[in-house]
Amino acid sequence: MKIVILGAGQVGRTAAYHLSREESNEVTVVDTNEEVLRDLQDRLDIRTVAGNAAYPSVLEAAGTASADIVVALTSSDEVNMMACEVAYTLYRTRTKIARIRSAEYTKHPKLFSDEALSVDVWISPEQLVTEYVAQLIKYPGALQVLDFADGRVRLVGIRARKGGLLVGQALRTLKEHHPSTEARVVAIYRAGRSVPPDGNTVIEENDEVFFLAAREDIRKFMSEIRKEESPARRVVIAGGGNIGLSLARRLEEQHHVKLIERDPKRARRISELLLNTIVLNGDAADEELLIEENIDSCDVFASLTNSEEANILSAMLAKRLGAKKVMALINKPSYADLMESGSIDIAISPQTITIGSLLAHVRRGDVVRVHSLRRGAAEALEAVVHGTDRTSRVVGRRVGDIPLPEGAAIGAVVRGEAVMIAHHDTMINNDDHVIVFLSDRRHVEQVERLFSGPGGR
Amino acid sequence: MLAVAHVLGTMTACFGLLYLLPIAWSLAARDGLVGVFFAAMSINAVVGLGLAAATRRFRRELKPRDGFILVTLSWTLMSLSAVVPLMLAIPGLSFTDAYFEAASGLTTTGATVLNDLQHLPPSLNLWRHTMHWIGGIGIIVLALAVLPLLGVGGMQLYKASMPGPVKDEKLTPRITETAKALWFTYLVLTAVSILLLRMAGMSWLDAVCHAFSAISLGGFSTQDTSVAAYNSVTIELILIVIMLVGACNFSRHFLAMRSLSLRPYAHDSEGKAVMVLLSTSVLFATVLLWLQGAYPDFGTSLRHAAFSVVSIATTAGFVTENYELWPAFLPVWLIFLSCITCSTGSTGGGIKMFRTLLLVRHARRELKLLVHPSAVVPIRIGGQVVPDRIVYSVLAFIFLYFITILVLTFAMLATGLDLVSSFSAIVSSVNNMGPALGAVGPATNFSSLSDAQTWICSVAMLVGRLEIFAVVVLFTATFWRK
Repeated sequence: MKIVILGAGQVGRTAAYHLSREESNEVTVVDTNEEVLRDLQDRLDIRTVAGNAAYPSVLEAAGTASADIVVALTSSDEVNMMACEVAYTLYRTRTKIARIRSAEYTKHPKLFSDEALSVDVWISPEQLVTEYVAQLIKYPGALQVLDFADGRVRLVGIRARKGGLLVGQALRTLKEHHPSTEARVVAIYRAGRSVPPDGNTVIEENDEVFFLAAREDIRKFMSEIRKEESPARRVVIAGGGNIGLSLARRLEEQHHVKLIERDPKRARRISELLLNTIVLNGDAADEELLIEENIDSCDVFASLTNSEEANILSAMLAKRLGAKKVMALINKPSYADLMESGSIDIAISPQTITIGSLLAHVRRGDVVRVHSLRRGAAEALEAVVHGTDRTSRVVGRRVGDIPLPEGAAIGAVVRGEAVMIAHHDTMINNDDHVIVFLSDRRHVEQVERLFSGPGGR
Repeated sequence: MLAVAHVLGTMTACFGLLYLLPIAWSLAARDGLVGVFFAAMSINAVVGLGLAAATRRFRRELKPRDGFILVTLSWTLMSLSAVVPLMLAIPGLSFTDAYFEAASGLTTTGATVLNDLQHLPPSLNLWRHTMHWIGGIGIIVLALAVLPLLGVGGMQLYKASMPGPVKDEKLTPRITETAKALWFTYLVLTAVSILLLRMAGMSWLDAVCHAFSAISLGGFSTQDTSVAAYNSVTIELILIVIMLVGACNFSRHFLAMRSLSLRPYAHDSEGKAVMVLLSTSVLFATVLLWLQGAYPDFGTSLRHAAFSVVSIATTAGFVTENYELWPAFLPVWLIFLSCITCSTGSTGGGIKMFRTLLLVRHARRELKLLVHPSAVVPIRIGGQVVPDRIVYSVLAFIFLYFITILVLTFAMLATGLDLVSSFSAIVSSVNNMGPALGAVGPATNFSSLSDAQTWICSVAMLVGRLEIFAVVVLFTATFWRK
């Protein structure tokens, strides 16, 4: 697949990295900064073009004429939209994805309808990260909560702790605890390594367990793996940027939210926009400020500034001062790995969150949703299967009979409104949404082939 | 200074035109005062036009500094010119009392020093109420169109108190247009009030007079016993409605009239606070009166409580019952309400509800800052953030307001009046309300005061009416420094 990425910022670079790892993709990156491009070209197997991403000449040089997908990820919403417009008007590019940050645009869906702007899909990293963090706060104890089928099915990542009913027991016993409802453990990571789960697998303390369940059953199963935590009431957010602000907005109705912002002007502005949040002007790494604001009684401390070093420091400080759970926005994957095993409970990686929504459009077959997990090593995807038992290798078969590659598991099937947790004998019908977990994303192409309908796509 | 004199001259001449109203009435009623009003009009014309002509060459665009002088002088001098017909028509009326009566009329206070009102010539009564009426529209235009240009009270508050979708609909872009729009609104509301009162059984004269004094929240009446003389629930109800209309921001009325909908009121957080405060007070007063057995049944208690609370709180000052005989809590509570109830841009006086709300929010913010010293807490009214600059100016206003009351109360005490009468007379005058307590209570009037006391009250009325700042600034050194 030929992919043109416009903009080599953080999201653009991560997208280039993930997409170029797949053999079948040809990636071209466009940016105005030649140094960044040179550096990128040294590390990745890609082509680079320097220039303004919206200029037809630059798009032409980047091979947009033959590209399947244009992904506009520059820092300017306007350039992104214009580039999509140019790509469609001049080259009839099939799929055009643009990053749109400003809610001024995104709150008018009509702008992105068929007869309006030629943007097929817009993604807003800030919005995705906000959503992600909000889910983590809603499900205390979870490391990750990812939506499938419009949120009817969720994939939850959680670390096993003493006190969970299932800890120290074989997965088989799950059914005995809850005869009427179901969940499916799709992966277990023990000390960083994947342990293929089956009925006899015993969950140990500190295992990272991923399970799929219907939305309403999630809490019940989380308590199997670690002791149920009381829902978070008091939330402290460090950093009043776009993410901090929109998170505070989302949470302030039902939580006690405090937001710490260093810049007095920005703090003033935020305080005018938020109705129930206490906006504090100060440094999130200021011990006195944190103590003054009773950091020891806060349930969640989320450090969401632009500087990852500051996030790490203030989160560690908050943890030491007694915050129950701390999260930090960390861009560098290596930092994230370092921190999550140590004093920070959850490292939030904006790129990993954003990349999933891009991947869904790059995958062959009718893939509606992709979530990248474990810094891109694993992947969970939701595919719609089409065809008959003649034309498809999936339709009309039982789950147990589908030749999945190693480390891949079908976790759930969504048929219309109904959510079914997959068993060996679950039949797959035409138009079912199948949720697949791949603990090793190198097998993703095999899975793609399996699920792409007659003739592929 | 001379440029101000030119404007004042023109203003005086125009003010003279108002005498046409009593002249016409006098001709129809044949009460023999045509000559008096004609003389007054001529004096106004000669003095006004003379002054204007003499200062003609100093004519220029006024500066904000001139505005303060103009505002203060216009109210003082117009009161002075309105003294003429009063003194001519009532032989034996001292200048002190006549000036008090005129100032009380133009500041829409409604305290009177005259007795035997029902036997005054009809055209003179009409003149007293016309002063209310013109004072009412004067203060609206002043508050919504002129003071904001001077950076005082009005528009700053009014801008900030306009929440939601209406916010950007400034009435009209130009000050003269705004003034015209407000005039029109005021005229329509007055006309409707006159008709309603007439239909409720008042004579034409009484209907016009009471409509004038109710819409302007004045409080003059053509009867010594005020509204009690009619003893009619219908009239009291109509007056309550007119007073509530008068206590609302007139820009709301204008917007409502222009859009022919009630939506502008729905966004009026200040107006809502006024209604909440009034209805809880009415309810409380009713229950208190009923329990203490002041009236035989609940209905009567409700009737008198509702009228008195609305009349005093909105600073109109009509009287149906001697509220001083009620349980001690109520008269004091009523006086207190008169300090805070009216909306900005209304015809009422006092601190105004907007400033009260602001003060409450500010206190709440300070309490919050004690717990969270680093917090950034904006003050909101009706969802709109109020700039700190306004908060500080409101704090200063309220400080000056209390200082004014304190100083003038001491002045009254120095003249030998008792504490209750002194204090209540000053509060009532500064709020432009009317009746007070004790020697100047609802059953009597201000005629018992000595000359010195009368003058102090006159000053209190003028200072209160002009939102204190506009007057006090004239007494600062920085103002006069070139």
